[in-house]
Amino acid sequence: MTRLELRNVRKSFGALEVLAGISLHVAAGEFVSILGPSGAGKSTLFQLLTGALKGEGDMRFDGAPLDDHGRHFAFMPQRDALMPWRRVIDNVTLGLEVQGMKRREAREQVAPLFAEFGLAGFERAWPAELSGGMRQRAALLRTVVQQRDMLLLDEPFGALDALTRAAMQRWLEGMWRRHRWTALLITHDVREAVSLSDRIYLLSSRPARIVSEIAVPLSRPRAAGSDAARQAAVLEAEILDTLLNPGADRASFPQTAQRRSS
Amino acid sequence: MERRRPLRVGRAWALYARRPPLSPSATSPPQGGRSAAAIAKAIPAAISFTLLLAAWELYARYGGVTHGMLPAPSRVLLQAWENRAALADNTLPTIRATLAGFACSLAAAFVLSALVDFLTPLRRALFPLLIVSQTLPLVAIAPLIVLWFGFGLMPKIFLVALVTFFPMMVALVEGFAATNKEISQMLAAMGAGRWRIFWLARLPSALPYFFAGLRISITYAVVGAIFAEYAGAAKGLGIYMLNAKNNFRPDLVLAAVAVSAVLTLALSGLAVLIHRLAMPWENAGSESRDGKPSGESR
Ligand SMILES: Nc1ncnc2c1ncn2[C@@H]1O[C@H](COP(=O)(O)OP(=O)(O)OP(=O)(O)O)[C@@H](O)[C@H]1O
Ligand SMILES: [Mg+2]
Repeated sequence: MTRLELRNVRKSFGALEVLAGISLHVAAGEFVSILGPSGAGKSTLFQLLTGALKGEGDMRFDGAPLDDHGRHFAFMPQRDALMPWRRVIDNVTLGLEVQGMKRREAREQVAPLFAEFGLAGFERAWPAELSGGMRQRAALLRTVVQQRDMLLLDEPFGALDALTRAAMQRWLEGMWRRHRWTALLITHDVREAVSLSDRIYLLSSRPARIVSEIAVPLSRPRAAGSDAARQAAVLEAEILDTLLNPGADRASFPQTAQRRSS
Repeated sequence: MERRRPLRVGRAWALYARRPPLSPSATSPPQGGRSAAAIAKAIPAAISFTLLLAAWELYARYGGVTHGMLPAPSRVLLQAWENRAALADNTLPTIRATLAGFACSLAAAFVLSALVDFLTPLRRALFPLLIVSQTLPLVAIAPLIVLWFGFGLMPKIFLVALVTFFPMMVALVEGFAATNKEISQMLAAMGAGRWRIFWLARLPSALPYFFAGLRISITYAVVGAIFAEYAGAAKGLGIYMLNAKNNFRPDLVLAAVAVSAVLTLALSGLAVLIHRLAMPWENAGSESRDGKPSGESR
């Protein structure tokens, strides 16, 4: 069942054309990534979805036009956006509080999740006391506890070192297998997209359009050593190739993936 | 999207207030040594201060000036002690005027800055007015205000507010504008309205600016109160200084100056204390660098 569907979504800032007709869809329980170069307009697309910006084109959720913004999405901004003046647990409950839940009740609801997110014992810490990876997990926890229809994750691990990022990607894959969130992930890390997604949309540089749509029919988990991991590495190399040679003939695209031009 | 740009106001305190908020403080000393480091930091100031006083003392005693011209610090101190009752009697009204004026100024700055934050055009209407208010020479304004409002508390409150309102207002407006865009955007996506975003994000974001402004303008407040009293008052450090001067008692003038200096230092110390208490997260980053999660100990 298709949940989110965008048709020919466009956005310009004055003379600067940022999004030049984006069409994509996300089905229920599907993990979809948008992979594109820096400055392409990925964050701008999320701003259109959350209603922070207005654009042109058709955006639908469950078939209905997306005008009552902020109902369907739990949004994780590009930088963790933790409030330094709130303790970790109060950062995590923020979305519930905004929805009108009492702070005590919200705390009771999120507290059991801290262990799963590797944050046990840090409920009362300040965000400044967390490591980079912990901050991202806290921000992710803040996002998922809102229990919205769909997660919008804007480069959740972009600011992390390579090792922590790899660990976080593996952790997130495990979390996703357990919870099966419907998620749209922005990234410019090819490996991240391949290891996490069911499908990947490749974005051109600005003005952004969808260059190709790649299914990732690999079994999970895709941890190192598995067959899936080997196939993922091949796919990863091929996507990288496509991104770095946008003009090249893309007919020889991976056997592991099916490409639909859009 | 974000509607405002940072204000450009060419005043020293505005620069001061523009420090980046909440950077996990690079200035705070390592764990445990905070008080020792604070004392170590104070040593150079103590030395220069002592040297200055000593030089002054020597010059006043052996430099061939009468104490009617330049009294030695020791004499100022002695006279302050002998006139302690009169000094205390005149300090209280100054404290009262300072605090009352500052409280009014804070309340007004808070309300107006919040209004300006919600209604951007209001800023264009108000700020030129406020900037002009800062160009008024106090020497000329103070007597006029006493003329209009009399010798009571009113003119003091007014003058204190006049000199402190603008810095506080700018600090707050700038603080609100310094709110992380992604935080506001995320709150909006969560379904928070403008008032909710103001309360949850903009207000806390303004705290570092607020306290930077507070520390500076509380010192202006004392000066403002003394100025108002100088222009006319029944009691107060300002009028005490004026009388001492007219009686050719520079030692008593300086004694009152010393009292006002102590008062100013105490008030700005109080502001720092409130700052520390109100923002316990500011020094949080430096604690857990050693690996010990302070979250567990709390
Ligand atoms: N509010 C705005 N006003 C004007 N231009 C903007 C605005 N927001 C974004 N842009 C421009 O739109 C382009 C795309 O920005 P966007 O933040 O969406 O990129 P991105 O794909 O998320 O990049 P990155 O991967 O570096 O985060 C950039 O050139 C940026 O300068
Ligand atoms: Mg971005």
